[in-house]
Amino acid sequence: MKILVCISHVPDTTSKINFTDGDTKFDTNGVQFVINPNDEFGLTRAMWFKEKQGASVDVVNVGGPETEPTLRKALAIGADSAIRVNTAATDGYAVAQQLATVVKDGQYDLVIAGRESIDYNGGMVPGMLAALTGASFVTNCVSLEVDGSNATAVREIDGGKETIATSLPLVIGGQKGLVEESDLRIPNMRGIMMARQKPLKVLEPINTSDATAAKSFEKPAPKGAVTLVDADNLDELISLLHNEAKVI
Amino acid sequence: MSVLVYTESDKGQLKKISFEVASYAKAVADLMNTTVTAVAINAQNVESLGNYGVSKVLNITNDAIKNFNVNTHASILEQAVKQENATVVILSSSADSRYLAPVLAVKLEAGYVSNVVEKPSNISPFTVKRTAFTNKAFSQTEINNGHKIIGVSNNSYGLVENTTTAQVEAFSPNIEDSGITVTSVDKASNQVSIADAEVVVSGGRGLKGPENWGLIEDLAEVLGAATACSKPVSDLGWRPHSEHVGQTGKPVASNLYIAIGISGAIQHLAGINASKVKVVINTDPEAPFFKAADYGIVGDAFEIVPKLTEKLKEFKAQNA
Ligand SMILES: Cc1cc2nc3c(=O)[nH]c(=O)nc-3n(C[C@H](O)[C@H](O)[C@H](O)COP(=O)(O)OP(=O)(O)OC[C@H]3O[C@@H](n4cnc5c(N)ncnc54)[C@H](O)[C@@H]3O)c2cc1C
Ligand SMILES: Nc1ncnc2c1ncn2[C@@H]1O[C@H](COP(=O)(O)O)[C@@H](O)[C@H]1O
Repeated sequence: MKILVCISHVPDTTSKINFTDGDTKFDTNGVQFVINPNDEFGLTRAMWFKEKQGASVDVVNVGGPETEPTLRKALAIGADSAIRVNTAATDGYAVAQQLATVVKDGQYDLVIAGRESIDYNGGMVPGMLAALTGASFVTNCVSLEVDGSNATAVREIDGGKETIATSLPLVIGGQKGLVEESDLRIPNMRGIMMARQKPLKVLEPINTSDATAAKSFEKPAPKGAVTLVDADNLDELISLLHNEAKVI
Repeated sequence: MSVLVYTESDKGQLKKISFEVASYAKAVADLMNTTVTAVAINAQNVESLGNYGVSKVLNITNDAIKNFNVNTHASILEQAVKQENATVVILSSSADSRYLAPVLAVKLEAGYVSNVVEKPSNISPFTVKRTAFTNKAFSQTEINNGHKIIGVSNNSYGLVENTTTAQVEAFSPNIEDSGITVTSVDKASNQVSIADAEVVVSGGRGLKGPENWGLIEDLAEVLGAATACSKPVSDLGWRPHSEHVGQTGKPVASNLYIAIGISGAIQHLAGINASKVKVVINTDPEAPFFKAADYGIVGDAFEIVPKLTEKLKEFKAQNA
C-alpha cells in the first residue's frame, strides 16, 4: 500500500497570534512551527500501517523552504520520503490542486490528511483533494482499517459516530482517535540522524489560481473584566444569567 | 439566480441550524436583490422555512436516502444549483455540512469559505468575515470564483424572522451510486450534541476523576445542556474523545459555556471563545480562565455545583 500523509506546517498551539503589514499578514516573528496536530495523529496511524501491514509512507507539504524542518521531523518520526511543492499555501483549493498532482503522479492508495489545520482552519483540503482525484472520502475520521482494497472508517458525527464501508483509493481527514495522544511518537536521536539521509524532493508547482484570498486580519476585541459572584450567593449568578446575560 | 441554502433535519424535524442558515441566506439574498431557495431532504413542515425568509423549497422525499452520504448529497446540491442557476450556496458548520462543502466546491469550481461569522460586508468583491487561528483572530476573506459556498459558523448569526410564503416544490434529483456505505450509526438519542447545544457544561481535571462526573451531568440535565471536557480528561479516558473541546478538539459556539475545574489554557480557550457567555467555577482565583470568563465563582466545585443544580431546578420550575 502506498500512503501519502499531508502535513500542514502550523504555529504551535501556544503561539500568540499577531499580524504585520497593516494587518494583512500573519506575523511569524518568534513563532514555533509544528506538524499540524491532526496530521500528527494521521502520521502515527500511517506508521502503524507500515509496521503491521507493510506500506510505504511519504509525506507532503505545499509551502516554501521554511516548512522543511517540519517535513524533516515527519521523516524522523518514520516517514520514508518527503515531498515539498514549492509554492506559498495561500488558498485551500489551490493547495488541493497541487496535492492532486502529487497524488496522481505517485499513484497513492491512501491519503491521510487532517480534519483541519489549526492555522486557517479551512477544513477543505482533504475533501477537495478527494473530489479532484476521484477518491473516496471520509472526514472527522477516528478509526481506519484497510483490508486489501476495502476500507472501514469511523466518522465522528454530531452526537455520535458512524461506520463507513468504502474502498481505496481513499482520502481521509483524520483526527485524534486514529491513534491516541499517548501513541504519538517523539523523534529520537537515531530517527533524527536517519531523517537527514532520507530523500526530500522539491517539486515546482503547477499553475493554479486562488479561489479565495484572506485580505486582512483582526483580533477579537479585548474582554471586559469578569464579574465575580460569591460562592454563597448562587441566586445572584442565576439572576445575572437570566436578566443580564439572558442565556437561561 | 436565487441563493441556495442547504437545510438539515433529524428524524424529519428541521434542525435549529437550518433556520439559522436560512436567516443568513435571506440576508445575502437581500444584498444581491434575489430570493432564497432551500433544499430539504426527507424533512417535514418545510413551509416553516418561510418564517426565516425562504421563498421556495426544493423538497426531496426519497426513502433511499437514509443516511447522510457525502457524494449523494453533493450531487443533489449540484443538481439543485444547476436547476436554480444559483451562484451562492449557504450551509452550516455541522459535521455533515463541513464534510459536504469541499466536495461540492470542486463540483462547482466554487470558492468555499468556512467558519463565517457575519453577513457579507460586500458582494462585489464577495467578502466575508471568518474566524481563523482557532478563534484567536478573524479574517476578511474574498471569494474570487463565480460560484461561492459559505459555511456559517453555528450560533454566530442567530435566527432572524422574516415572514415569507415558502412555495414547496417536489424535487427528484438523480441519485448516483456513491462508493460509500454507512454500515452503522451510533448516536445517543436523548443527549444534546455539543454542535447543536445552546448551553454546554464542561469539566476539567479539577473534578479529580470520572466517578465525579455525575455533578456535570446533573447540572447539564437541568439546563438541557451538552456535556464537554478538557483535553487531559479525554486523554485520561475519564470521558469519551467526542467530548474534548478546544483548539485540537471540538469548537464550541454555544450561548452559555460553563467551565468547571478547568484552568483555561490557551488551547482550551481558543476552542470555546466563540461562546457568547462564559462562566467559570474554579478554586484558584489565579486560574487564567477568570480572564476569559464573563462570570466567575472562586470556590470548590464539589460544594458549589450540586447547590447550583438544585437552585436551577427551582428556578426552572418557577419560570416554566
Ligand atoms: C498541542 C496541544 C494541544 C492542546 N489542545 C487542547 C484542547 O484542544 N483542549 C484542551 O482543553 N486542552 C488542550 N491542551 C492542553 C492544555 O494545554 C491544558 O493542559 C489543559 O486544557 C488543562 O486541562 P484542565 O484545565 O482540565 O486541567 P488543569 O490545568 O490541571 O486544571 C485544573 C483546574 O481545576 C481547578 N480545580 C482543582 N480542584 C478544584 C475544585 N475542587 N473545584 C474547582 N476547581 C478545581 C484547578 O485550580 C485548575 O485550575 C493542548 C495542549 C497541547 C500541548
Ligand atoms: N499546505 C499544505 N500542505 C500539505 N497539506 C496540507 C496543506 N494545507 C492543508 N493540508 C492538509 O489538509 C488538512 C486540512 O487543512 P485545511 O483544509 O487547511 O484545514 C491538513 O490537516 C493537512 O493534512
